Amino acid sequence: MSIDMAQFHQVFFEESFEGLDAMESGLLNLDMGDVNVDEINTIFRAAHSIKGGSGTFGFTSVSDFTHLMETLLDEMRDGRRRVTQPAVDVLLGSVDCLREMLQAIQDGAEIDGESVSTHKRSLDNELNNHSPAGAVPINHPQKVPESAAKEDQVSGWLIAFSPHLHLLKTGNEPIRLFRELSSLGDLRVTADLQGMPDLYGLDPEECHLSWKLELDGNVPVSEIDEIFDWVEEDCDLAKQARFASLPAFDEQLGAGATDNRVAETIDTDPARSEPATKSKQLKSEEPKAAAKGSSSIRVDTSKIDTLINMVGELVITQSMLSLVGEHFELGKLDQLKNGLSQLERHTRELQESVMNIRMLPISFVFSRFPRLAHDISSKLGKKIDLKLLGEHTEVDKTVVELLSDPLVHLVRNSLDHGIEMPDVRLAAGKPETGTVTLEAYHRGGNIVIEVSDDGKGLDKEKLRAKAIEKGLIDPDVILTDKQSYELIFMPGFSTAEKLTDISGRGVGMDVVRRNIQALGGNIEIISSLGKGSTISIHLPLTLAILDGQSIAVGDETYIVPLGSIIESLNIKEDRLNRVVGKGETFLLRDQYLPIIRMHEIFNVASARHTKLTEGLLVVVEGQGVRCGLFVDDLLGQQQVVIKSLEANYRRVEGVSGATILGDGSVALILDIPGLVRLANQ
Amino acid sequence: MATILAVDDSASMRQMVSFTLKGAGYTVVEAVDGLDALNKAKSQAFDCVVTDVNMPNKDGISLIKELRALPNYKFIPMLMLTTESGMDKKQQGKEAGATGWIVKPFNPDQLLKTIKKVLG
Repeated sequence: MSIDMAQFHQVFFEESFEGLDAMESGLLNLDMGDVNVDEINTIFRAAHSIKGGSGTFGFTSVSDFTHLMETLLDEMRDGRRRVTQPAVDVLLGSVDCLREMLQAIQDGAEIDGESVSTHKRSLDNELNNHSPAGAVPINHPQKVPESAAKEDQVSGWLIAFSPHLHLLKTGNEPIRLFRELSSLGDLRVTADLQGMPDLYGLDPEECHLSWKLELDGNVPVSEIDEIFDWVEEDCDLAKQARFASLPAFDEQLGAGATDNRVAETIDTDPARSEPATKSKQLKSEEPKAAAKGSSSIRVDTSKIDTLINMVGELVITQSMLSLVGEHFELGKLDQLKNGLSQLERHTRELQESVMNIRMLPISFVFSRFPRLAHDISSKLGKKIDLKLLGEHTEVDKTVVELLSDPLVHLVRNSLDHGIEMPDVRLAAGKPETGTVTLEAYHRGGNIVIEVSDDGKGLDKEKLRAKAIEKGLIDPDVILTDKQSYELIFMPGFSTAEKLTDISGRGVGMDVVRRNIQALGGNIEIISSLGKGSTISIHLPLTLAILDGQSIAVGDETYIVPLGSIIESLNIKEDRLNRVVGKGETFLLRDQYLPIIRMHEIFNVASARHTKLTEGLLVVVEGQGVRCGLFVDDLLGQQQVVIKSLEANYRRVEGVSGATILGDGSVALILDIPGLVRLANQ
Repeated sequence: MATILAVDDSASMRQMVSFTLKGAGYTVVEAVDGLDALNKAKSQAFDCVVTDVNMPNKDGISLIKELRALPNYKFIPMLMLTTESGMDKKQQGKEAGATGWIVKPFNPDQLLKTIKKVLG
C-alpha cells in the first residue's frame, strides 16, 4: 500500500510553525537558573514533535537539526544542565533557523546551508562546552551492528519460551508470536503444561504455559530477536541454532533456560553481519518543490456545529415558506410574515456564524512581540517590560495578517525611540524598567489596538521645527496639539536624530498609516512629553461586512459607515457661515464644521434639496476630523456586503467600495476621511 | 474489522496514522492527548490503542497504565509511537503495560505491518 505522504505536509508545516512559536515564547519566559519543568517540557515537546514529524515525512535535515535542540532541552529538563542565557539565545537562534528551513521546504526553495551549519555549530558548542559529567552523547546514536549468526550454516532454531505470568496483561499473545515465527520457516510447537495449576488455583488472566519451539530454515538471529523484542522482559527465552550436522533437538536446552537470559550458542562475526536493520530513515528526500500551501484556517469545532445548526434552521424555514407559497391565499398572510421574519433572523445568525469562522484571536499577532522586545532590549541595553492585554480579542483573519507589519513598526518605535536608557529614566525619576503595553479590545463595531509606552513622549516643538525644516508645513501655520502629533504620519518625516538599524529608516509612519487605512481603519496618537505616547488603531471587525446608514441624494443611495456617524440634524440659517476660500461651515456646539454638499461632490443633478436649510446634515467623523454631509434624506440602517470597487472598476477618491442593495441597485460606500480630503481640495 | 484508538498531539501524525489505518479498512477514532483518549476509551470499546508518548494533558505512558487498569483494556494490544532516542521510554512503557512500540520515524507500511501483527 502506498500512501502519498505529501498530503500531510501542509498540516505538518502548520503545526510545526505553531510549535516553533510555542518554543519561542516558552524560551522567552524561562527564568535563568531556576528551572520550571513544565515550561521546559512544553518547549521540549514542541521540538520533539517537529523532530518526529519531520523524520516521518522525510525531511531529514530538519529532524537532524531538531535532534540537537532536543538533546539540549532534554538535559535542561532533567536538571543535568543549567538554564543559562547563552544557551537560551542559542536555542532562540535555532528556532529562527528551523523556521527558515521549514519555510524553505514549504516554498520549495533551497535551504540556506550556511545558516544551518552555523546554528548547528552553536548548538554543538553549547552541548560540548558545557556538557555535564555523564551527559548523554549528543551525536546520533551509533548503530551497533546486530550480531548475526553464520547464517549459511544454520538449518534451524530451537527456542524455549517461558512467558512470565503477566504476559497476557501486556497485550502480547503467544499465538501471535508463533504465527510470526511460522512465517519465517516451518514451526513445530510443543506446549509444556508443567506449570499449570489445578482448576482451583487457576487464574485465567495469567499465562501458565511454556513452549518449546522448533523452527526450520536458515533464519537470521536478528529476525527471531525482532519477534521477541517486545516480550524480552516478560519471559525467559533461550534459543539455540541447529546446524545441518547436529542432532535435531537438544533436550538440555529446555531445562537450562529457566533464568532470565538469552542463551546464544553461536559465536558472532560482526564483520559478516548484514545491515539487517539498515537505516531506519526513510528514503524519500525533501520535496524539491512542495506545492505552495493554500491558505487555510483552523476553526473551533463548536463554531462549525453552530453553523450546521443554523443551516438546519434555515432549511426548516425554507420548507415552511414553500408550504405557504404552494397554495397561497390572503388568510395565510400572517404565516408568510412569520416565515419571512424567521428567515431574516436565521439569515442574520447564519451570517454572524460564518463571519465568526474567520475570526482569530489577536494573539496570533501579539505573540511575536515578546521576542522582539527581548531582542531589541538586549541589543540596546534597555530594560523593557512588555505587557500584552486582550490577547483573546478576535479579529478577522485578513486583518490579523495585514496588521502584523504595521504593529511591528509601532512596537519597534516605542522600544527604540520611546523608552529611554535606564540611566536617563532614573535621572527623570522614572522606574529603570520601561513599560510598553499592547492592548486590544472591542469598542462598538470596531476593534481598537493600542501601543503605549511610558517613555519620553513626543516633543511638539521639535516636531514642528522638523516639519518646517523639511518644508512639510508653512512656518507660520498654527497647529493644535493633535495636529502637531499628526505630523509624524506625514511622508518623509522621521524624528530620530540618527537612524538606527532597528527603526527609523524614514519610510516609517506614513506607510503604517496607509496600511491601516487600507484595512478601513484609522490611527491616532496621543503623547505627553516626558510621560510617554499612546498610538491607537481603530479597525473594523471584519472587512467583508459593514454596518451602514443609507442616505439619499436625489435618485442615488449612498452608504455611510455607521461607526463614523455622530448625529444628523436640520440646520437653521443663523448657524450657517461662509468663510472666504474655505467654503461653507456651520456652528455645532461652539465648533465650526465644514459642510460637504454631496450632490456637488458626486454631481447628482436630481438632488431634491440644494438649500442647506431644507435638507439634512449628517455629522460624521473620520480620522479626528468632523464635517457635515449635506444630504436629502436618511433611509435606513442595514448591514451591507462590501464589494471592492478597485477590483471591479478603479479607485475613486471618497469612496471605499460598493454594495448591492436589496432591490438589486448598486450603492457606493463612502470613505469619510477621503471625502474630507476631497472636499478640502 | 477492528476499531483502533489513535492518540497523538501532532495533527499531521494523527492524520497519517488515521489515514493509513482507515485505508486498510480499520475503524479509527482519533484523540489529541492522553486525557482525550482516556475519555474516549471509557465511552467506546477499542480493539487496539496506538499512542504517542510525549503529549500534554497525560502522556502516553500514563495513558497505557490507566487503560490497563480498566476491565475492557486488560488484554488488548497497546502500541506506543516512540523515537529511537527514547529507549528508556520503551522500558517505562513496558512497565506500564504497553504491548510494544513503533519507532519513529516510521512509514505507513511499517505501521500497517505492526498493526496487522498484533491484531492478526
